Amino acid sequence: MADQPTALERFVQGILPENPVYRQLLGMCPTLAVTNGMKPAMTMACSVAFVMLCANVVTSLIRGLLKPHLRIVVFTLTIATFVTIADRVLAAYLYQMSKTLGPYIPLIIVNCLIICRCEVCASKQSVFTAASDAVGQSIGFALALASIAVVRELLGTGGLFGIAILPAAWPDWVIMVLPPGAFITLGLLLGCVNWLEMRRS
Amino acid sequence: MDDTTSEKRERFQNNNLLQAWLVITLALIFGIALAGVQAALGPKIEANKIKETMERVPEVVLGLESAQKLAASGESLNIQSRIIEVDKKNKKKFYTVYEARFQDNALAGWVAKAGGQGYADKIELLVGIDALAENITGLFILDQKETPGLGNKISDTAWRNQFIDKPATSPLVVVKDKSKGASNIDAISGATISSVSVCGIINQTVSDIGPQLTSTKKE
Repeated sequence: MADQPTALERFVQGILPENPVYRQLLGMCPTLAVTNGMKPAMTMACSVAFVMLCANVVTSLIRGLLKPHLRIVVFTLTIATFVTIADRVLAAYLYQMSKTLGPYIPLIIVNCLIICRCEVCASKQSVFTAASDAVGQSIGFALALASIAVVRELLGTGGLFGIAILPAAWPDWVIMVLPPGAFITLGLLLGCVNWLEMRRS
Repeated sequence: MDDTTSEKRERFQNNNLLQAWLVITLALIFGIALAGVQAALGPKIEANKIKETMERVPEVVLGLESAQKLAASGESLNIQSRIIEVDKKNKKKFYTVYEARFQDNALAGWVAKAGGQGYADKIELLVGIDALAENITGLFILDQKETPGLGNKISDTAWRNQFIDKPATSPLVVVKDKSKGASNIDAISGATISSVSVCGIINQTVSDIGPQLTSTKKE
């Protein structure tokens, strides 16, 4: 286990060096689908954080019992359970938001980011390391979603969190809140990140 | 003798069910946990859905202004829901209809919950019908996933207000030239299909339940 990163390294790596969206390109479905506003994007980020933390902790607790050929089933089962809980809680306490996010909350089950963390970290390392890994990755994911949502909501509706920011004269670029806007924004931001990375090295 | 015991043991160890014991145990634990969550939150989720509908009934029956006036005066409508069954050629169709009465038991109108295919996905809406079942009193979109910026304008107040006081006895017609007519509904530019879908759902609903509403009124 000596070559495995420590809890702190895991935590830091998740935020920027191994950012889920910009570096690993995982979890693209919510990244593209729910970033047309800050509110849905942040709700999604919180749901993913909850699921990832719980799944990582449970997987780490049972890591000694996992059989190689059955591990993916166990991961999926664990993730699906926590996603269902998140979905029900949203429907009970944030009904309107749960309607806005629609099928994308249940789709967290197939978010490769969470399975990836179970596989790479939680099934091999201690509970504490797995938890800090989940927190780090969640922060990285939330930052990435926020970066895209800020651009799309601001240009598409002239506001953030539903509050108008740009002057009323701003002609809302409707395409930014439509699906093409997601691809355009993600593409340009990814390009920027890679360009900065190249300049640094 | 040794061979058969080791063979037996190997077969026992390779048994699929035995190998999957962790999956089965976890499935059981998670299943129980989820049942608990559903038992705790299920009623609240159901209440959210009913509350959303109930909150909209006065507005759809009376119009936003009168509904707010009524609420400000501290009164409320008595709302009772019932299921109306419509016999189609092959199958039966069910509508949830909310009957709204004033405090003095005078009938304010009906609100029917209806749904149908829109451009992107199913559209669910509430349509209000006046006490005589002659006019439409309002429209509210409960659920839609139409194109943002185009089709989702069916939820806009300005567009929905067109439906107020349209006759419930003849079908609504979607027009694109803004021509005024008793049953004309101006289509949303860029979202003709969404507009037509909404009118289609309303026409279908009104023609399905209209006769039953007028017959219950006479009783």
